Amino acid sequence: MNTLGATWDWLTDPAHWSGGDGVWRRLLQHLVLTVVCLVISCLIALPVALVLGHLGKGGALAVNISNVGRAVPTFAVLVLLLLTPVGKWGEGPTVVALVLFAVPPLLTNAYVGMREVDRSVVQAAQGMGMTGRQMLFHVELPLSLPLVLTGVRIAAVQLVATATIAALAGGGGLGRIITAGFNLASTPQVVAGALLVAVFALIVEAVFEVGERLAPARARGGR
Amino acid sequence: MTAPPDDCLARNEWICGAYLSTRRQILLDAVVQHLQLTSVSVLIGLAIALPLAVLARRWTLAAGPVLGVTTILYTIPSLAMFSLLLPLYGLSAGLVVAGLVLYSLTLLVRNILAGLRAVPQETRQAARGLGYGPIRLLLTVELPLALPAAMAGLRIATVSAVSLVTVGAIVGFGGLGNLIYAGMNTYFKAQVLTASVLCVLIAVAADVLLLGVQWLITPWARAARG
Repeated sequence: MNTLGATWDWLTDPAHWSGGDGVWRRLLQHLVLTVVCLVISCLIALPVALVLGHLGKGGALAVNISNVGRAVPTFAVLVLLLLTPVGKWGEGPTVVALVLFAVPPLLTNAYVGMREVDRSVVQAAQGMGMTGRQMLFHVELPLSLPLVLTGVRIAAVQLVATATIAALAGGGGLGRIITAGFNLASTPQVVAGALLVAVFALIVEAVFEVGERLAPARARGGR
Repeated sequence: MTAPPDDCLARNEWICGAYLSTRRQILLDAVVQHLQLTSVSVLIGLAIALPLAVLARRWTLAAGPVLGVTTILYTIPSLAMFSLLLPLYGLSAGLVVAGLVLYSLTLLVRNILAGLRAVPQETRQAARGLGYGPIRLLLTVELPLALPAAMAGLRIATVSAVSLVTVGAIVGFGGLGNLIYAGMNTYFKAQVLTASVLCVLIAVAADVLLLGVQWLITPWARAARG
């Protein structure tokens, strides 16, 4: 109970929320990192996955890449990047590591979504004389949207988690509150930071959940 | 005074044979700790997940809360999870194990439940018609048939656990993660690379091992295919 009280005191102290190491700045860093990396990863992964899925090539690659992503420790990649020349560009290693870990779920889900589009619908579109581009944008993409969006959601949650670990390797974001707490041997600060991170991750998940509920039935895969 | 040795350690190279030979004991200890943390947490996770999945299968009302709670746990980033457990466990190996157990629960419960739900209704009815009681039905019919799905979950949970153990370095119990953390602070390239590669090797080896176990304990799947 003592720790809980101390954690509450930490969280309600306005001095911890403002300033260079304050919660608001860390929160903003975390949010910016997540959004920027999500956009970069989508720009890299989605075109590749959509084209590969449209052509029906590279399936083994798209599926295996997410298994490999799971086996490689995020923390190890961050530290490895930190020791390479990339490490000298400030947030460079964090951004590269975040993008590396967000690309696999995006790629795999978008590819699987494209391949699971009913073949007879694709053949009908072909029979109607649609060009490859028309088929991709007017038939396959709308039909595969639910799975593509699931991939974006998984990638977003993954990004929030990875941005937290980035603090271990000196990156910014909410994780810094936790690592600073460990360095000060301040359990209340560690727990307060962890609570903030957990709540942030759950909010991101909830935003996507609500977004999916609000989306038109067709985009949810409803029939 | 002797001149400093001009070997790969002194030049701080990424790949270094001298590192492997001089730090063999440190590496071995880290690998052993890594394996212990991973296996203990996955086994405890399995021991908790199995009853939960069976419960959720028997009482449909329990399925929603069980899946919901484990999914929420999975969303919490690992660093936060370990930190949230700090007041309960202090700086101990138990902290890392507890965090990893919570993560493996999601994957295991979900896969075991999917496996149990996929058992055909006719099979269940046939067993009941042969006079099988609920316990015998579960142990000799439903669980064996759910094995492939459960093993798939176990493989994912194990591989994820191997990679997540490294984050335990924040409390000093991270197996190979400790070496990576220490190597980061001292810019020791060979140590970081060697520990990272060993981590991936352990994950791949564990995956192959579990695939072999699955092959051994599901002889009927082989017979059907062959």
